[in-house]
Amino acid sequence: MMRGAQFGLDWARDGRRRNGVVNLNEEKIARGLGWFSIGLGLAEIAAPRTLAKLIGVRGDHNGLLRMLGMREIASGVGILAERRPAGPLAAWMWSRVGGDAIDLAMLGAALRSRKSGQGRVVAATAAVAGVTALDLICSLQLSRRDGATKNGGAIRVAQAKTINRSPEELYRFWRDFQNLPRFMKHLESVQATGDRRSHWVAKAPAGTKVEWDAEITEDRPNELIAWRSLKGADVENIGSVRFERAPGGRGAVVKVNMLYRPPAGKLGAVVAKLFGEDPEWRIKDDLRRFKQVMEVGEIITTKGQPAGRDSSVSWRYDRTEEI
Amino acid sequence: MKANCWYGKQDLRVTDVPDPKILNKRDAIVKITSTAICGSDLHLYNGFIPTMERGDILGHEFMGEVVEVGSEVKNLKVGDRVVVAFPISCGACFFCQREMFSLCENSNPNAWMAEKLFGHSPAGIFGYSHLTGGFAGGQAEYARVPFADVGAFKIENGFTDEQVLFLSDIFPTGYMAAENCDIQPGDTVAVWGCGPVGQFAIRSAFLLGAERVIAIDRFPERLRMAEDGGAETINYEDVDVYDTLMEMTGGRGPDSCIDAVGLEAHGHGPQYFYDRVKQAIRLESDRPIVLREAILACRNGGTISIPGVYGGFDDKIPVGALMNKALKIKTGQTHVQHYFRPLLERIMKGEIDPSFVVTHRMRLNEAPKGYDLFLNKEDDCVKIVLKP
Repeated sequence: MMRGAQFGLDWARDGRRRNGVVNLNEEKIARGLGWFSIGLGLAEIAAPRTLAKLIGVRGDHNGLLRMLGMREIASGVGILAERRPAGPLAAWMWSRVGGDAIDLAMLGAALRSRKSGQGRVVAATAAVAGVTALDLICSLQLSRRDGATKNGGAIRVAQAKTINRSPEELYRFWRDFQNLPRFMKHLESVQATGDRRSHWVAKAPAGTKVEWDAEITEDRPNELIAWRSLKGADVENIGSVRFERAPGGRGAVVKVNMLYRPPAGKLGAVVAKLFGEDPEWRIKDDLRRFKQVMEVGEIITTKGQPAGRDSSVSWRYDRTEEI
Repeated sequence: MKANCWYGKQDLRVTDVPDPKILNKRDAIVKITSTAICGSDLHLYNGFIPTMERGDILGHEFMGEVVEVGSEVKNLKVGDRVVVAFPISCGACFFCQREMFSLCENSNPNAWMAEKLFGHSPAGIFGYSHLTGGFAGGQAEYARVPFADVGAFKIENGFTDEQVLFLSDIFPTGYMAAENCDIQPGDTVAVWGCGPVGQFAIRSAFLLGAERVIAIDRFPERLRMAEDGGAETINYEDVDVYDTLMEMTGGRGPDSCIDAVGLEAHGHGPQYFYDRVKQAIRLESDRPIVLREAILACRNGGTISIPGVYGGFDDKIPVGALMNKALKIKTGQTHVQHYFRPLLERIMKGEIDPSFVVTHRMRLNEAPKGYDLFLNKEDDCVKIVLKP
């Protein structure tokens, strides 16, 4: 039900839009390292003797150095030729990390050899260790990002809350979508437009609105509601909410799973603002309000209370009151 | 109306603010007849509790007359005389239903912030930073009481304000601290801090059957008040607390230890200096001097009960002693609503008259002066009641 494949393929290629994290420019770093590989590889092939002297290794290792040079060039060309982001690029970057390991092992051997210039070998080892660290960080970041973009660049949120009411009561309230804006602060209205279809309007900054149509894909009374947005949605989304009976008469556990994809361009920025820096936080807070509505019948507020300043609440701290 | 507002560290002003309104259906508006300054208010005064905002109205110990009720408040009417519990509690969630009112899941609109700091949020509290909801407090002429049907307790007998006001916080807080000690016949209870909560902890320990109570402080007037309550006393400026406690308890240590001091403990020697410095440069949020001492002094298998307020992250807590001595730790903000009725009954039976703790009475507009007096323990100040 939560398959990323339901989203357009071209989105899956966009590695830059991901889980609310600032783009760290791993690609740029990776490409820099690719050029570095090619440069070093060429030096190893063309002037192995000079290079050996430079790093303090004595004796005839020309063949070995040329082989290492070929490996460097292969890695570098691979990185530079790879146009796909994250995943495939990460694979090429990991080839650099592997090469670094070999280089470090050889430098270690050279360090123990009495023929070597100790000071230079130590300096060379330090330099390679530094590059290894950079390679490792870059590879890890790219791999992690590959995980995030497996959802096709969409943002996934999952939250759960225990509520002191029966699954039946919770399901009944939620299934009437017109109730949702009572606790989902960013929603302006949800209108049923058919048996399984509905029209959603969300508030966005500066008086703008974001709209979409959705349909229920699965409806199991008192257990689960699943939905997906229809073609042409401003915010493509797919999700489900489950109501599970908690043990020992402790009410029910509500579990929300959602995958949504902010649109590109200006509208995307608006939607990003709507969901905040931390999309999970928004859903978490919605569920907190859902709990209040179900357990006490309304949402407790401080907005409108007296204070010795112009605003009744604090802009800095009372975030939920100020949205 | 007039209200005592916080504007920064040791900067309080009684200013004109708008009157409170009903904002939720279970709110009530109370015209305040008496309100007190709590020891924990001094932590706000000294700027140790984060997320305070200029203009916040302080105060969480208050009582008065109901002047307006929301549409869903069924058990109160205009004209009722009520004492208000300092935690704000819904009465419907998992914790409220188990009478753990200070852990209410529905009363803190800023729960997200407390979750980041504590993992989970406690209940909202009147006038005690935005971390616990940013609710306007009760050092004012009027206050809005959310969930008034749970938090405002009707007083129908002819008691004076001073006899029942402390049901809002310090009496239940001292009582819960003693109850947490699970006092057995023959037990000795040591109480660090003879401020208002310590005083109620001493008397509550006796009410709950303690054989002996040993009170620790450095101010003669507070130690005298403890002695009036039946406690033996230790002035920690004169003697070593651990050695004296061992001497007094035959080397075994007190069966239970109550830390009624909390995060701004005073002490002496390098340890006190260490905590002052770390706290000043924000490397630790509290000064857990009493807690360390209590853990070391407590008898094996005994109980450490902590009604004193702590805010964040503390250093050098002897966890090794805690584990190897098999100590129990009981703590928490007070479940005030749980104690309203039983403690009012004790007052009615004449087992205790809470007004003993009051040393100063002032007008609301003298609140800033009152804080200063209370902080510096001038004029033998133990407890101040303000009248709007």
